[in-house]
Amino acid sequence: MRRRQAKVLRTPDRDPSAPLLEVTDLRTSFRTPRGIVRAVDGVSFTLERGRTVGIVGESGSGKTVLSRSIMGLLPRATTLRSGSVRYEGVEVLELDAEAMRPLWGAEMAMVFQDPMTSLNPVVRIGRQITEGLQLHLGMSKDEAEQTGVALLGSVGIPEPAQRMREYPHQLSGGMRQRVTIAIALACGPKLLMADEPTTALDVTVQAQILDLLAEQQTERYMAMVLVTHDLGVVAGRTDEIIVMYGGRIVEQAPTAKLFGNVKMPYTEALLGSIPRIDDPSHTRLAAIAGRPPDLINPPAGCNFAPRCPYVQERCLVEEPPLVEDSPGHVYRCWYPVGSEENLRIRSARDLPAPPTAEAPRGVPADPNVEVDPHAWHETGDL
Amino acid sequence: MPPPDETFSGAPEPSPLGDRDALMGVNNLAAEVGMIEDDHARIIGSELAAEGDPESAVALAKRRLGVVFWIATGIIGVLALLAVFADVLPLANPNEQPRGANARLEQSLPPFSYRVDGSLTVLGTDSLGRDQLSRVIYGSRVALGVGFAAVLIGTLIGGAIGLTSGYFRRGYDTVTMAGMDVLLAFPALLLALVIVAIRGKGPVNSTIALTVVAIPTIARLVRANTMAFSQREFVLASRTLGASHLRVITKELLPNVFLALLPFIPLAIAVAIAAEGALAYLGQSVEPPQASLGGMISQGQPQLEQGKWWVPGVPIVVLLAVLISLNLIGDRLREFFTIKDSAL
Repeated sequence: MRRRQAKVLRTPDRDPSAPLLEVTDLRTSFRTPRGIVRAVDGVSFTLERGRTVGIVGESGSGKTVLSRSIMGLLPRATTLRSGSVRYEGVEVLELDAEAMRPLWGAEMAMVFQDPMTSLNPVVRIGRQITEGLQLHLGMSKDEAEQTGVALLGSVGIPEPAQRMREYPHQLSGGMRQRVTIAIALACGPKLLMADEPTTALDVTVQAQILDLLAEQQTERYMAMVLVTHDLGVVAGRTDEIIVMYGGRIVEQAPTAKLFGNVKMPYTEALLGSIPRIDDPSHTRLAAIAGRPPDLINPPAGCNFAPRCPYVQERCLVEEPPLVEDSPGHVYRCWYPVGSEENLRIRSARDLPAPPTAEAPRGVPADPNVEVDPHAWHETGDL
Repeated sequence: MPPPDETFSGAPEPSPLGDRDALMGVNNLAAEVGMIEDDHARIIGSELAAEGDPESAVALAKRRLGVVFWIATGIIGVLALLAVFADVLPLANPNEQPRGANARLEQSLPPFSYRVDGSLTVLGTDSLGRDQLSRVIYGSRVALGVGFAAVLIGTLIGGAIGLTSGYFRRGYDTVTMAGMDVLLAFPALLLALVIVAIRGKGPVNSTIALTVVAIPTIARLVRANTMAFSQREFVLASRTLGASHLRVITKELLPNVFLALLPFIPLAIAVAIAAEGALAYLGQSVEPPQASLGGMISQGQPQLEQGKWWVPGVPIVVLLAVLISLNLIGDRLREFFTIKDSAL
């Protein structure tokens, strides 16, 4: 075991000039009695040090499986995987749990959705936070204690020394999420995976937690993968957004570009389903009709076609490739929003004009205008 | 591995910690469990003081162990103390029979009667004139010793089997649980009798027999709890922080599983003591003349026909008191530790 640790950490392939995280054509499938579920199907992206990528999609779009595949947390026996995940140039996809262990916590860490379940209920917070410090950084008990108190203080927990001696149930949900963030940050990871970090929290606390993550990220020059179903969460806090649907990337763009120039009807539908604070009361919530695709027998053609308002013959038979709109902005659609064909379909079907014609819902049309994250936030969760 | 100072560039200067001793002392599980109890009591107590509504009074009642629990614990405690210190207490020799002309007069005396020489027999004498108080205490020593030891060892072995098979699952789990099923398939008493028959009588062999009986039940219970807790996110969270399997099992799962197992332990001890009583009744526990509760009952049984009910009555009352007390303790602990997950 020691030898393997050494192998990963000292491997000559480890290249500080390579991107921090490079995912190429990652495919993750599960064997089930009904057949093979393609949960992640050919995802590629690159994350540089200190940058943030937001992965957005509804339940079942494969975003959580994607983040766990990157971390290597899925059970080997029932999971099929291919493609490549390179961390600082080292292939980590095929490493087993024992070989990944020195990376976990020290290099890459994870913040989970529900702080109620991601903390051990019968272990004091102090021990949960100091464990990794002693394990990875070889600190003495005293050093780890002091660092733990400092960490709790830095994530905005009042009276940190007192909190160290308490149990998770003695803290509120927001405080608990702060604790899990402190635990994840403890060993100074270069990559933080945040899997729906605010979904289980009150709306008022969500913004605070997101601000905390952003602040810690800048301070530590740490890269972050922010997984969420809420476009409002990623709008102001990411450098790049990946929209996933049915295990595939359907649109990917730098954050500022995406909101000004949505191409994929699915992204448009996601944006449209965010209720607006200035809508008259009793406005019906815009939902995306239908269900996510069956990942065992995905439909021929475009995955989103059965639910797409602009669907055409071609969409049902031929799968659209990822097309580049402008450098860094790719989408997967035959009749992208804003194209002439799309406009024609809209007028033929009596659908409203595309949001880009005026201002998109809730987002300034000008991509250079800073998006106010709080405005998104409030509209996104009411 | 990067040096600590590099990775902590972003964190503010560590501030000195005020109360670190409290945390550092918490290494053994028992202490930790005790502290959780204290904490619960403290929190609930302070909440009650603030609100004082009837609902929190109910919650408070649940958070207190209650009079019955303490009476039951007292009975077991006193009996355990008597058993431990039996050799230094001023007790009559439990195996000494009166001899000579007056021997017959001292047999099957009722409680609080006097021997011919004027000495008091608090619980009377048995059919051979031996002191019942002394025999009951020495018999309890065997019963409690065998019961506690069997469950303790059974918990260690069964707990280890249950934790590992519940955590690792797959082939290992299948094999160990098949083994446990084989053990469970035997009627418990029969299995114990077989083991004693093979190994011979004596407290050590009784303990071994009852340990083997206790292991599969405890292993199953621990495995089920381990499987449930393994699915919880804090286990995954711990893995993502680089914890080894051993660490996850001992530091994450064990404290949780132990709390779930704790209320079961007094009940398991009660079962083991009853089983020891049954073995002794059948003459398969300790070698006579050494006293055992079951042996005293079976020896005293013929006295019932002569109306001398106190002879078997004394060991029966003691055995019943022990069993009922242990069951009450277990029941109360179970209620005490049933905490809604939502409250965590």
